[in-house]
Amino acid sequence: MTDKQKKMLARICVTLVLFVGLMIGSHSGRFLWLTQFPAGFFVYLVPYLVIGYDIVGKAARNIRNGQVFDENFLMMIATFGAFGVGEYSEALAVMLFYQVGELFQNVAVSRSRQSISDMMDICPEYANIEEDGQLIQVDPDDVEPGMVIVIKAGERIPLDGKIVEGESMIDTAALTGESVPRRAAVGDEVISGCVNGSGTLKVQVTKAFEDSTVAKILELVENAGSKKAKVENFITRFARYYTPVVTIGAAVLAVLPPLIAGGNWGEWIQRACIFLVISCPCALVISVPLGFFGGIGAASKLGVLVKGSNYLEAVAEMTTIVFDKTGTLTKGEFKVQEVIPAGKSMEGDGNGNAALQRGQTETGTQTEAVREILRLAAYGEGYSNHPISNSIKAAYGDPVDVAGIEKAEEVAGHGIRAVIEGREVLVGNGKLMKKMGVSSFAEIKSSGTVVYVACDGSFLGSIVIADSIKDGVKEAIREMKKVGVKRCVMLTGDRKEAAQAVADELGLDEVHAELLPGDKVGRVEELLAKQPAKSRLAFAGDGINDAPVLTRADIGIAMGSMGSDAAIEAADVVLMDDDVRKIAAVVKISRKTLRIVKQNIAFALGVKALVLVLGAFGAANMWEAVFADVGVSVIAILNSMRALKVK
Amino acid sequence: MKKKFKLQDLDCANCAAKMEDAIKKIPGVHDASVSFMMQKMVIDAEDDQFDAIMKQVVAACAKVEPDCKILM
Repeated sequence: MTDKQKKMLARICVTLVLFVGLMIGSHSGRFLWLTQFPAGFFVYLVPYLVIGYDIVGKAARNIRNGQVFDENFLMMIATFGAFGVGEYSEALAVMLFYQVGELFQNVAVSRSRQSISDMMDICPEYANIEEDGQLIQVDPDDVEPGMVIVIKAGERIPLDGKIVEGESMIDTAALTGESVPRRAAVGDEVISGCVNGSGTLKVQVTKAFEDSTVAKILELVENAGSKKAKVENFITRFARYYTPVVTIGAAVLAVLPPLIAGGNWGEWIQRACIFLVISCPCALVISVPLGFFGGIGAASKLGVLVKGSNYLEAVAEMTTIVFDKTGTLTKGEFKVQEVIPAGKSMEGDGNGNAALQRGQTETGTQTEAVREILRLAAYGEGYSNHPISNSIKAAYGDPVDVAGIEKAEEVAGHGIRAVIEGREVLVGNGKLMKKMGVSSFAEIKSSGTVVYVACDGSFLGSIVIADSIKDGVKEAIREMKKVGVKRCVMLTGDRKEAAQAVADELGLDEVHAELLPGDKVGRVEELLAKQPAKSRLAFAGDGINDAPVLTRADIGIAMGSMGSDAAIEAADVVLMDDDVRKIAAVVKISRKTLRIVKQNIAFALGVKALVLVLGAFGAANMWEAVFADVGVSVIAILNSMRALKVK
Repeated sequence: MKKKFKLQDLDCANCAAKMEDAIKKIPGVHDASVSFMMQKMVIDAEDDQFDAIMKQVVAACAKVEPDCKILM
């Protein structure tokens, strides 16, 4: 609690004691003068001023400044009215409970503000630079790209850069929500905002502080509040009319009925006061943005940045998601999927695959035939740097001894012909095999790229190379369907067979293959046109050539660590660790947030309307009015704070 | 020019909205946002008259919520 809040608490305690004393006094029946003018008036005025002097003061000041319809003014009028009609204890109670509610509200808001800012506590305070053998701390703002900074174990990485010395485990949890630390060594890039776990690192800074990841993220989060959701805008507009309307209602209620029907002025003024107490829209004005803020906070805890409440709202209505294939669903790197020795592919049906080798990285599991195919292919491709050659070399694992390659020539568009350890080796596509008249050559059908290997004129086998699907993508698609995303679409520039294979494995609903980068916008527009009203389309991509599509879709989702700056700029939602599974989690968070916000609106408006009606007919008293104002407000705030929790 | 300011003792969300409205009406201000949750204010205004505009901003805020201080 702040000092201000503590002071308020003390005032509340003092008043509460006095209030209870006065209530006992007047209900015991021995001090009847307590309920009568003037003695009662003055006795109640003392605790009233203790608890409410600041409200009265603010109201007076605001009237001077031309701000009439604020809550202070309304509370003042309402309580003055109650004093005027001789309801002393009610006047005191209204002021007291109003202040209790305000205090509670204040504490709740600062608490949730605190927990959100703790979560976003990624801002580095200093950077270490070495000067004459001494480490000195400087403001990260003063470090320029190219300079070398020292990051000790346990310190936050202040600026983006490349490791030039040292090795460490890096904790990226604050940025990505990923709890397993990542290993980083010389040559690796490090991102500001992460924590250096174990060793001391020397890092050459690559970006100035204002362009660094941490500064960008902080800016995004801070600005998230300014992009308001439809519901928020509705509440702001509503609040603008609500207070004046209720106040006018109160005035009418105080004056008209007694004038027309004659009768008890005091009674009607009291009913008008009930109106005034209810007329503050605080419950809505605070709880709605708080709910969205909590939802955005909860998402950032998972490592997902949502750039505004409006996007969170849109995510909740998402029914179609369009994925870019490479980099989003697949890793974007070629890998040897299968090695099929000659003859093996003919054995049996699909179950024959058991004989094939998958994920050739552990040498121990490779049969001799497979090993030989990989070895010859790796040697054959020894001089090449093509991604396909690299993937074969990676699968082979051992270093290629270039001395063994006696001759290697490229047969354009076909592959490579090489002489390795005195044997003639062919590595290439089907055309190469046919052209060279390789014996017992059998072409195989596959979604990936197939490389055939032959030695001394006879066919050895084939290597299937494909882009591999990212971990957890299958699960992510299943999760998304579960949370109500109806259509999952994939766009790719890749060949139809390759695209279809990925789509089948993942269970996607629609595939558009062989697209040029420019076609993607068109396809997304077609899909957008097909969207039913009130439902949204999201596009998820790694951002390479995707920026226009990200902007065009209702919700643009970019991959944060792999994606380009332009994509992060253009996107509405950024997945910091590129994990597609998080999309379903964000959908859940957004739905929950919206549900909470709607509950609050319905609850607050419902209670207020009910008490207004009851009040107008004389069936509600001040106590109910205070509940309809601060009680509702507190309950709504507590409800909103649920949005911050992540399961 | 865009500048950020911290706000102290901004106690009511309604006031934040009113402050934002009032600041946006000051001539020379392109855009303004007052965040109740972050206790922050962002003002985008003409470069050459920024100081003069800030004086008006302070006055406008004081009118809405005298307790709230703008930390510069």
